[in-house]
Amino acid sequence: MSFILSEYLPILIFIFIGFGMAVGMTIIPFVIGESKPDKEKLSSYECGFEAFDDARGRFDVRFYLVAILFIIFDLEVAFLFPWAVSLGNIGIFGFWSMIIFLFFLTIGFIYEWKKGALEWE
Amino acid sequence: MDNSLSLINDLIIPGLIIVAQILAIIIPVLLSVAFLVYAERKVLALIQLRKGPNIVGPFGLFQSFADALKLLAKENIIPNRSNKIIFLIAPMITMVLSLIGWAVIPFAPGWVISDINVGIMYLFAVSSLGVYGIIMAGWASNSQYPFLGALRSAAQMVSYEVSIGFVIITVLLCVGSLNLTKVVEAQSTVWFAIPLLPMFIIFFICALAETNRLPFDLPEDEASLVAGFSTEYSSASFVLFFLAEYASMILMSAMTVILFLGGWLPPFDIAPFNYIPSVFWFMLKITFILFLFLWVRGTFPRYRYDQLMRLGWKVFLPLSLFWVVVTAGFLVMFDLLPT
Repeated sequence: MSFILSEYLPILIFIFIGFGMAVGMTIIPFVIGESKPDKEKLSSYECGFEAFDDARGRFDVRFYLVAILFIIFDLEVAFLFPWAVSLGNIGIFGFWSMIIFLFFLTIGFIYEWKKGALEWE
Repeated sequence: MDNSLSLINDLIIPGLIIVAQILAIIIPVLLSVAFLVYAERKVLALIQLRKGPNIVGPFGLFQSFADALKLLAKENIIPNRSNKIIFLIAPMITMVLSLIGWAVIPFAPGWVISDINVGIMYLFAVSSLGVYGIIMAGWASNSQYPFLGALRSAAQMVSYEVSIGFVIITVLLCVGSLNLTKVVEAQSTVWFAIPLLPMFIIFFICALAETNRLPFDLPEDEASLVAGFSTEYSSASFVLFFLAEYASMILMSAMTVILFLGGWLPPFDIAPFNYIPSVFWFMLKITFILFLFLWVRGTFPRYRYDQLMRLGWKVFLPLSLFWVVVTAGFLVMFDLLPT
């Protein structure tokens, strides 16, 4: 308990101090800056005309595909972290187990590539 | 009486020491951001045969402070169609995330706020969370350009995140620990930049993409997206994004130095080199990597978005995965693994 406290409490305090600074800086202009809002100033940026509709419309599905691929590969990295640290202790069996896992993952990766999930034309 | 004294001894004094240590990191980091911006303008100016900022203070050294003060005194415009609370919180999150990584960075032997044994994992997690601030900013602005900029930025950051993960794995294979101090100590014989040279190069390029720097600054591509996710921001909120971008640049340089350039270790452990304090070596190496960032910005044209994604997924990902297998195989074959 005391170990966790002494190692991780500074990080928590760090987050609080950082957040406090950020909040403080955000407040400054509301205090010292003059505020003269008008309709044109507050409208969202467009090239010379009023925005037609809400900006949160449809977007390209490929961004979604990238996000899915990212989850798969990031999980793989998360699997590799403990393996990489303890490879000296788990020996040749641990090594080949991970190589087989990576082999199957590579097959999936080649499939994605051939299917064109990585194409951006 | 006795009870309150032990309370002071056990809680308040260590607490104050921690706060002092944290401030001793945050303030120099923010100051170095100011001078990094100045250095960037000066280096770019010299590359383009201009003079750069030279009016405010001697050699224009106080230019960044003048800019920051000017921005802080401006009106903070909150667009009327935006989600106002998320709009204001997004830059704060980005700023906090770019600062808290410094909690685990060892500057010299023992010079670290919290020497946690999952240091690399922590840095990896903090840099992954950076996407949130940008996505929130783009979504809360409710405007076309920030929305597209945020999408591009998120896709770019997650793509290069994967390669960074594999590069870190290769380093971990050679160290056998997630503690950053141990990573540096493992390089006392040879810096990892030499045996893992391809990974060092990949890591540096990924760091450029991860911090949205040129030649990968597509989220802020002014020719097509105005200013990307920060288009609608002004005043202090813009300052926070700006500070965060440069602070995370310095953090990524520190990570590069720790993982590949031997952290605080001198290049040769012989007389004239090891007289110089270790923290000075650390700063010098960070400055060198930061100069590379600026040099790249002044030299390379911007990538196209499809080229960027191709580089991340079709070149760096297979290459770094392959290199993980090669490194692990090599270490197992010659029985060089750390235990």
